[in-house]
Amino acid sequence: MKTIKILGMGCPSCKQTEQVVKQALDQSGKQAEVLKVEDLQEIMKYNVLTTPVLVVDEEIKIKGRVPNVSEVIALL
Amino acid sequence: MLTEFASWITYSMFSIAQHTALGNAVHFFIYDTIKILLLLGIVVFFMGIINAYFPVDRLRAFLTNNKLYGLEYLMASSFGAVTPFCSCSSVPLFIGFVKGGIPLGVTFAYLITSPLVNEVAIALFFSLFGVKVTVIYVASGIFLGMIAGYILGKLNLERYLSDWVRNIQEQAVREEEAFEAAHISFWQRLPIIIKDAWQIIKSVTPYVLVGIAIGAVMHGYVPESFFSRYLNADNFWAVPVSVILAVPFYSNASGIIPILQVLVAKGIPLGTAIAFMMGVVGLSFPEAMLLKKVMNLRLIGTFFGVVTLCIIISGYMFNVIL
Repeated sequence: MKTIKILGMGCPSCKQTEQVVKQALDQSGKQAEVLKVEDLQEIMKYNVLTTPVLVVDEEIKIKGRVPNVSEVIALL
Repeated sequence: MLTEFASWITYSMFSIAQHTALGNAVHFFIYDTIKILLLLGIVVFFMGIINAYFPVDRLRAFLTNNKLYGLEYLMASSFGAVTPFCSCSSVPLFIGFVKGGIPLGVTFAYLITSPLVNEVAIALFFSLFGVKVTVIYVASGIFLGMIAGYILGKLNLERYLSDWVRNIQEQAVREEEAFEAAHISFWQRLPIIIKDAWQIIKSVTPYVLVGIAIGAVMHGYVPESFFSRYLNADNFWAVPVSVILAVPFYSNASGIIPILQVLVAKGIPLGTAIAFMMGVVGLSFPEAMLLKKVMNLRLIGTFFGVVTLCIIISGYMFNVIL
């Protein structure tokens, strides 16, 4: 099962990304562990400049914007 | 042409009488909404293209790898103008720059110009105030970032960064970044650019509509020269007071600029109004709260103080040039 992390400190785009991920999981029928990472020090470990960031199995996939559902499904 | 369409809707379709307060308000609302949304679409789209080729990572690599002899402030500010800004990114961005070994002043230059000059503000200024004001606004936003960033850099504020950030700074590593997207063709990127542009427009439109609605009400119902009785260019205190009042509030550009247009039409000097807008958009309480994680209060205070001062000075200068 994949692990999906959403890095973000609580702004609207980060919450939206979480919604999109949930929708993608529902639509594709796949399972994944979804974690929201809000702690700054944790986020900085990924060396990113702009949030929100979508991380799948410890690889940064999408950064700095809210992805759309089809993009996320493609990553599952 | 747009005016006629708006007139037709207001006076024919809705049958509101001409030259009434309600008529003026509704006409204003329809006309401005369409005009702004059209321009917004165009500007956001083009900025999206620029941004696809110059993501922030590239800027950071550029700034760390090139000796720029003082031009780094101009580069940082100019890039701040061109890249979109979400205030929640201000902290990761700040740390990222620090990690890359970029001096504090240069980082501030970016942080200051970024929220001030963005595609939404440009589209709105252009559609409501015309080319001249837009160009002056963009130029001053960039200069403001450069100068404030330079001043902040000279003040040697590194000691006020929180401890763990300073640790990162000491371990700053020049990173070779592979730009994974660099080899994707323009046409492949286009759908993403369009989608992103659409997202921005969607999120901004409610604020724009509220801003225009408030502006429309004021346009129709507030008498001409209402404000110029109290606030005119001769009133020395108008600029500093309005900027200082503006700082604690936050609105994004889309809500505030339509209101600005009406304020100016009702008698507030353009310079004072723009300075007010910069205070509202450029500095915010939420941003200060986020920055607390990486700076102590004194640094945040100094940052806000210097920027506020620069905005006030800009306000005076605008009143002279515009």
